[in-house]
Amino acid sequence: MTATETAPQDRVDGSTPLMTLAAVSQVFDTKAGPIRAVDKIDLSVNPGEVLCLVGESGSGKTTAARMAAGLARPTDGKVEFAGNDIWSMNRHDFGSFRRSVQYVHQDPYASLNPTRTIQQTITAPLLKHGVVKGNKAAADKAAELLTKVDLTPPENYLPKFPHQLSGGQRQRVAVARALTLDPKLIIADESTSMLDVSIRISVLAMLGRLRDDLGVGFLFITHDLAIAKYFGWHGKTAVMYLGRIVEFGPTPKIINAPTHPYTRALIDAIPEPDPDLTKTKGRQSLRSLEIPSLAHLPSGCSFHPRCPLFEDGLCDGEVPELVEIRSGQSAACHVVARDGAGEVRPDEPVA
Amino acid sequence: MVTTSTSGATRAARGGEGKPLLSVRDFKVEYRTGGGATVQAVRGVDLDLYPGESLALVGESGCGKTTLGLGLLRLLPRLGHASGKVIFNRGDGTEIDILGLDGRDLREFRWRDAAMVFQGAMNAFNPVLKIRAHMHDTMRAHTKATRQEIEDRAGELLRLVRLEPERVMDCYPHELSGGMRQRVLIAMSLLLEPEVLILDEPTTALDILTQRSIVDVLHEVRERLGFSMIFISHDLSLAAELADRVATMYAGRLVETGGVRDLFYRPRHPYTLGLIKAVPPIVGDLPDLESIPGGPPSLAALPKGCTFNPRCKFATDECRQAEPDLLPVTDEPGNAHDVACIHWKDVHLERRVQDDLGTAS
Repeated sequence: MTATETAPQDRVDGSTPLMTLAAVSQVFDTKAGPIRAVDKIDLSVNPGEVLCLVGESGSGKTTAARMAAGLARPTDGKVEFAGNDIWSMNRHDFGSFRRSVQYVHQDPYASLNPTRTIQQTITAPLLKHGVVKGNKAAADKAAELLTKVDLTPPENYLPKFPHQLSGGQRQRVAVARALTLDPKLIIADESTSMLDVSIRISVLAMLGRLRDDLGVGFLFITHDLAIAKYFGWHGKTAVMYLGRIVEFGPTPKIINAPTHPYTRALIDAIPEPDPDLTKTKGRQSLRSLEIPSLAHLPSGCSFHPRCPLFEDGLCDGEVPELVEIRSGQSAACHVVARDGAGEVRPDEPVA
Repeated sequence: MVTTSTSGATRAARGGEGKPLLSVRDFKVEYRTGGGATVQAVRGVDLDLYPGESLALVGESGCGKTTLGLGLLRLLPRLGHASGKVIFNRGDGTEIDILGLDGRDLREFRWRDAAMVFQGAMNAFNPVLKIRAHMHDTMRAHTKATRQEIEDRAGELLRLVRLEPERVMDCYPHELSGGMRQRVLIAMSLLLEPEVLILDEPTTALDILTQRSIVDVLHEVRERLGFSMIFISHDLSLAAELADRVATMYAGRLVETGGVRDLFYRPRHPYTLGLIKAVPPIVGDLPDLESIPGGPPSLAALPKGCTFNPRCKFATDECRQAEPDLLPVTDEPGNAHDVACIHWKDVHLERRVQDDLGTAS
């Protein structure tokens, strides 16, 4: 059973997934030997759906996203867009795939050209791809897009340079630029992690409106489960660890009733914005603090050197498969697969 | 001079009990910005830090948190100028005015009385020196400890932050992971048993599990050594976990200070309220979140009156007249809660996270 086969139970409109990663791997050759940054992962995003990809640094989130965007070619497996393998597309189709999938980067200070005004930044793709004809029409379209990302009135922003804007405003410009070509899927790679807390929620709310109003699908990458929860509540979440998906399911279940010990550890580790709750939150300590190197992955389950559920002989033997634990929720853990996820912990409400 | 037996008990018995360890009055920091112009990044802060206390300084970026932290240790860049009064109360009853220190006295104050853990652990190390050299240099610059004493002390502290000295001491900074570097930095800052530790964003840019280990280490080390700390963070959840008292900073001033429970459950300043409402909790159902419209003002062009008024939904004409002072809102003894807002009586946090979530089952 793979993640793509999981029965859809959220709002999904459309039978073919927009984007599918099927048994996709990315192996980098380095002096230290081959590095399996992403190891046979299956993922799919439906139109208008949010798929959150959560994990720590080095878990392969960004590599997976780059493969989904067609920015990196997988060493193994297939990337399909609307049912077609993107790497066997002809030039024309690949171009249209590229336009349909847009990437919003983490750092709005680096992703906008400092020598271009906002108007130039946004109108460049409009004119290049012939979405509109003439400078006047392009300027009008740019103003319309800025309104969509809540930069109003647009004429205040169009003549400005990136350095004249705040981080939140820049990130909105980056989103407006991503919208120029009417994408079907936006890949947001840690797009809010550099923003202040006060601004983060408004940017997420704006992205949420795009998802609802324009029906844009999202591959939403973050290391922050609280953000994944807020943005992807009606969608699904995949938790990655060292290049593999260790747990997959509807976001409310992943957050409130995690089954994989790694997901549990992540959720337990997060401090709550509530002094009483955060001090009384149950926390299981990990057996080791160090993340293993991708060049020397532990045998069997790669989480076993840190896992509180570790069983000698079981966990360090075979690599666990992602199997369904509860309806719609799957995990890659030998112990949980054998014993079940057990009772839902008393401190967590069931969604 | 160098004691290898470190315990919180000796600290509790320090002289001047009940008096603040660090007393800050009308503290200001100005930066020269060229052309003879200056901006005030810290505009008159009054603050007391009591022995053993953990104080969180929260606020958005650009509110002057780091400048305040640097200013307290006289670590400002050359273009910065601090004024006001910062009194440090040494355990033996002597009081020193930090802003008046220079030369040897200043060197003695740093590390020994107060130390700082910087944001971005990589930049705080010399990349061409091994951790052992960092430890020895720091100790030798401030004490007459012997090689062996330094080795013992460094080893003890490294074990305290859950690192193996044998593994870490001979490493260069780049050979350690981000979380390990941060822990080495914490161990190093404690070498001379400072009474005050200032931590600037100690867990920012670290992974969740690594953040957790730093937080746990800080809990443990503070329990063992009993120092006071001021930590600067934009992460309110971290403040909820680590702080005894929280101070909210906005546009170079403190706008609210109070006990951690008061501040999180009964915030009285619209800015603190806004910050709390903007943080998504991880446990439970999806709460309603709100962001604060706009961003912090430019320090060179502050709004008239209360600096928060353009973003504040409680603002009235009165708020645009004069900047409100930080005044107590409670007369309960030992439970100080000060707010700089004329409408504080109208500010209520309705979402008490726990009630909403029905977690208490």
